[in-house]
Amino acid sequence: MSDLTQLTISQARAKLRSREITATEVTEAYLSAIERANPALNAYVVVTGDKARDMAKASDAKLAKGEGGSLEGIPLGIKDLFGTEGVHTQACSHVLDGFKPRYESTITANLWADGAVMLGKLNMDEFAMGSSNETSYYGPVINPWRRSRLDTVVMPTTHQGEGGFVSAGGTRTARTLDNAQLVPGGSSGGSASAVSAFLCAGATATDTGGSIRQPAAFTGTVGIKPTYGRCSRWGVVAFASSLDQAGPIARDVRDAAILLKSMASVDPKDTTSVDLPVPDYEAAIGRSIKGMKVGIPKEYRVDGMPEEIEALWQKGIAWLRDAGAEIVDISLPHTKYALPAYYIVAPAEASSNLARYDGVRYGLRVPGKDIVDMYEKTRAAGFGREVKRRIMIGTYVLSAGYYDAYYLQAQKVRNLIKRDFENVFVAGVDVILTPATPSAAFGIADEDMAADPVKMYLNDIFTVTVNMAGLPGIAVPAGLDAKGLPLGLQLIGRPFDEETLFQTAHVIEQAAGTFQPEKWW
Amino acid sequence: MSVDIKTVKRVAHLARIAVSEEDAERMTGELNAILGFVEQLNEVDVSGVEPMTSVTPMAMKKRQDVVTDGSKAADIVANAPATEENFFLVPKVVE
Repeated sequence: MSDLTQLTISQARAKLRSREITATEVTEAYLSAIERANPALNAYVVVTGDKARDMAKASDAKLAKGEGGSLEGIPLGIKDLFGTEGVHTQACSHVLDGFKPRYESTITANLWADGAVMLGKLNMDEFAMGSSNETSYYGPVINPWRRSRLDTVVMPTTHQGEGGFVSAGGTRTARTLDNAQLVPGGSSGGSASAVSAFLCAGATATDTGGSIRQPAAFTGTVGIKPTYGRCSRWGVVAFASSLDQAGPIARDVRDAAILLKSMASVDPKDTTSVDLPVPDYEAAIGRSIKGMKVGIPKEYRVDGMPEEIEALWQKGIAWLRDAGAEIVDISLPHTKYALPAYYIVAPAEASSNLARYDGVRYGLRVPGKDIVDMYEKTRAAGFGREVKRRIMIGTYVLSAGYYDAYYLQAQKVRNLIKRDFENVFVAGVDVILTPATPSAAFGIADEDMAADPVKMYLNDIFTVTVNMAGLPGIAVPAGLDAKGLPLGLQLIGRPFDEETLFQTAHVIEQAAGTFQPEKWW
Repeated sequence: MSVDIKTVKRVAHLARIAVSEEDAERMTGELNAILGFVEQLNEVDVSGVEPMTSVTPMAMKKRQDVVTDGSKAADIVANAPATEENFFLVPKVVE
């Protein structure tokens, strides 16, 4: 076997079960890949090599007896937002300095119970607040994808192009990689970068406004945010509790289905965990979409959207139509209000959730002249700029005299956004197809976005509606732009109908293929 | 609506975040940009619309009122910056 990190989860699973390879071999392959790549990509903030080797050894013992769970011996990366017992858990914030929980989140406990191996903790935007992974206390994550330029090279007639296209005139085109570093998206930037660069077989991620789907789209990976209530939030550091949902980022649709099956559960420890059995998502893959009604919302055609995104969307429509789906135009009239409503609801909940970081029970403490001074100094030193900005907005909109004008109005608008979706589902639409993001990955330290926080927020314009309505959404890679960067499409489903998302996303994947970055690191 | 630097300082104190004069000035601009962006919500007609309380219609889960957890004081204080005999230590709050 050449490079074990190239195997998808489903391929590795088969080879592990047939004992063609061992969990220890796969784990060692990933650990060396991380060692080589992480200085360049900064995807992991902690690598748990010893733990990974112990877990792999235990998996090999089970596999040798013909036993083992659905993810036995599969090495995964875990976003730093998930509580992992005895292991660095800081939401990539300085305020949680040194925090090692004495408990395990329900989701990671589910993964370990199914036999998965933990490689380490993945970088992310601080407290999952960001769309570029640049707000992390541990520095930005680098996207393994780079822009490239198409050059025409005149070829000697005897030599035919290797890796390029041979043209009739004896020339070929070759892609030359640009050196500019790009963001992997956020907040699950470490998860997306690590999956795309083959530094884990799959990763956990979380999505409050697009934090799974936007980075997946920026890195040519598959990311699903399940229905609110499908995955337990217990033991996951809270950002905005009514919007937060965890899900996987994976290399293909099948792997995403395998991971979600293990992550999802009914959990008495989370009162918003919904009491519904977890279906076998993988079984939905390969089912025909003949006769399925696919809605195309006109409000997702926004001003200034690159033509390439529109073209990709049209391609997606054609693929689904060719596969037998019925395409219908729909309207979701309150779409444009989702992002402004989100920037009231999410900061309001965050300001309340993050009140707990006070320098008393865990993490950083900066001494002060009295207790209030200690709180203020600790929080000033512990939180980064974006987190402070959101706590401030949240505190303001919840403060006396402003609650009705901002928070109550936003929660009413949220109901209208949800109603828009309900109306189209009642009218018989099974799934909605949209672009995943309004652009491809952008550069690190983009000046426009640094100057205006709202510009950065606009990254989530197509994904945030789904969180506001609590629906499931999947981002699936659908092509490359002219500069060779991946672009994704998003599918939105009915509540708890993740199966239709996997089924339809697989049709897109079959038509579009899968995408790998050219290795430069 | 927009905020002035005095309001920003008041909100920072409510949020228990120390801000320098320079921080407060920068934040005033940033907060006003965000508040300007969310202003558009006022054009939505919400008459007769209830504010959302839950995205999924569900009955609140209840459980038997019995002790299911506890006796882990050492775990609870394990990550605290300052403790003594399973108590959190803080600066003096009562004179």
